[in-house]
Amino acid sequence: MAAKKNGPIAALGAVLAAGLLAPLFTGSAPGFYIEVLLGGLMAGVLYSLVALGFVLIFKASGVFNFAQGAMVLFAALALARLAEWLPGWIGIPAGYPALALAFVLAAGIMVAVAWVIERVVLRPLVAQDPVALLMATLGVTFFLDGFGQTIWGSNIYAINLGISKDPTFILPSVFQGGILISKEDLVATVIATALVILLALFFQKTATGRALRAVADDHQAAQSIGIPLNRIWVIVWSVAGFVALVAGMVWGSKLGVQFSIAQLALKALPVVILGGFTSIPGAIIGGLIIGVGEKMSEVFLGPPLVKLWDLAGGGIENWFAYVLALLFLMVRPEGLFGEKHIDRV
Amino acid sequence: MSERDIGEVILDVRNISLSFGGVKALQNISFDVREHEVRAIIGPNGAGKSSMLNCINGVYHPQGGEIAFLGEVRSDMNTHHAAESGIGRTFQNLALFKGMSVIDNLMTGRNLKMKTGLLAQALHLGPARAEEVRERKFVEHIIDFLEIQAYRKTPVGRLPYGLQKRVDLGRALAGEPRLLLLDEPMAGMNMEEKQDMCRFVLDINDEFGTTIVLIEHDMSVVMDISDRVVVLDYGSKIGDGTPDEVRSNPEVIKAYLGESH
Repeated sequence: MAAKKNGPIAALGAVLAAGLLAPLFTGSAPGFYIEVLLGGLMAGVLYSLVALGFVLIFKASGVFNFAQGAMVLFAALALARLAEWLPGWIGIPAGYPALALAFVLAAGIMVAVAWVIERVVLRPLVAQDPVALLMATLGVTFFLDGFGQTIWGSNIYAINLGISKDPTFILPSVFQGGILISKEDLVATVIATALVILLALFFQKTATGRALRAVADDHQAAQSIGIPLNRIWVIVWSVAGFVALVAGMVWGSKLGVQFSIAQLALKALPVVILGGFTSIPGAIIGGLIIGVGEKMSEVFLGPPLVKLWDLAGGGIENWFAYVLALLFLMVRPEGLFGEKHIDRV
Repeated sequence: MSERDIGEVILDVRNISLSFGGVKALQNISFDVREHEVRAIIGPNGAGKSSMLNCINGVYHPQGGEIAFLGEVRSDMNTHHAAESGIGRTFQNLALFKGMSVIDNLMTGRNLKMKTGLLAQALHLGPARAEEVRERKFVEHIIDFLEIQAYRKTPVGRLPYGLQKRVDLGRALAGEPRLLLLDEPMAGMNMEEKQDMCRFVLDINDEFGTTIVLIEHDMSVVMDISDRVVVLDYGSKIGDGTPDEVRSNPEVIKAYLGESH
């Protein structure tokens, strides 16, 4: 059984690894190769951030929260606009002080959103079909998208983290011309890593984190030892809201806060399929694989296609993640790290 | 049996009826449980034992009758209320948190006793830390008691079945329940494991003064450790009394051995 299961996975892994290493043997400059690799990893970190929100909610409540992307957008809008308005309202200096206060307020807003969603959407639907809950979160998605514009406006807003947008070259002595990296991506990576460590500590070391893990493991048992499900849900949606805020901040500073963020967040779907719906490490590693795979295929797979078949060659970045996810669904539907579901009959 | 003071009635089950659609799982069941007692509910498979337990801790809501715990009747009881009011339970099909260590499983059982706020915990403030240490001490005591010291850090899913049953018991115990419901604690165990489990049940009763209601379908095990026994068959009560009384009850013999031809 194990061998049968692992065969296709090993094959898939081998193909991916070959694809990853191939450029090195086909004459790409190592410096450029590493540059693309790093770029992919950093993009992957951002996907991981959104995927993390999905996984948190799915683990704790079994709900596939379609609205995670909308939460990212909503949080980013709140942060951007509050940071802009606060100096005018209470005379706080613009820049970091305003941004910090806006961040705290936006976090509070996300907690309120979580609380309302639990009250209005989850609690009445608790015993319903998973499809009903999925549809409900789809509704929440559109509501948050629209309501966000109602409150915060619908233009493109900037979140200024005060990091220079100029690219930097590192290690010019090792590689010819050095390796180009963006400071912004680097900061994003540091923030994401810090958040992941923080979450891991929270889950492993605190009583509430333990209760969250318990609920994720077995609802009924958790309830019968006195863990209140409703409170746990509010907490977990709040945490997911906080993760959305961090993702929104990082993405917003990179791309500007705009509607396309909510759609970009859909990239998190293939990430969770790859990593497994129930695994936090899976969300992170899945994000990295997708990020790297996308960039690599775009840069190194595109040109040969152009040469061989005279195709236009672009846009691989857009479909790569989904094709990979599709392959995974066929050979390993539980993802790399997900729990295998064995139902007792 | 040791010398214990059997106290007042703490759980009073009155005329409970429960049905699922047309299936009558329980019909007009009444019995009581006294403080410090070991009370068994026995009966063949499908007799309604688990349903009875599920009514007591609020998983099911019976259509008829009422259940009073410590003199209080709660019609809207759910499992969370039950845990809060001091009813702990273990499960027939283990419902442990498989991915978590033995310690963590037991610590979740302490959850109700932990009062510090989310923010204090998240920031690892003094009170939260002190609480964690205090509760951990209590849990260590239970681990010693159940003789599972060696498996503290092992994920529960990796332990053999008999030990998992013990962890399940430990988690329920961690909540310091006044009334402990054990759903077939010895199911699927070999003789040695059964004896161990019996010893633990008696020790818990003795040392912690916990009142115990346990379900079994294996009559022999139960008779030795119970003060009083309720016998169910097809959702009806067919016997209630001391093990000796129950053993000589013709209806019980009939249910267990079948009608003699």
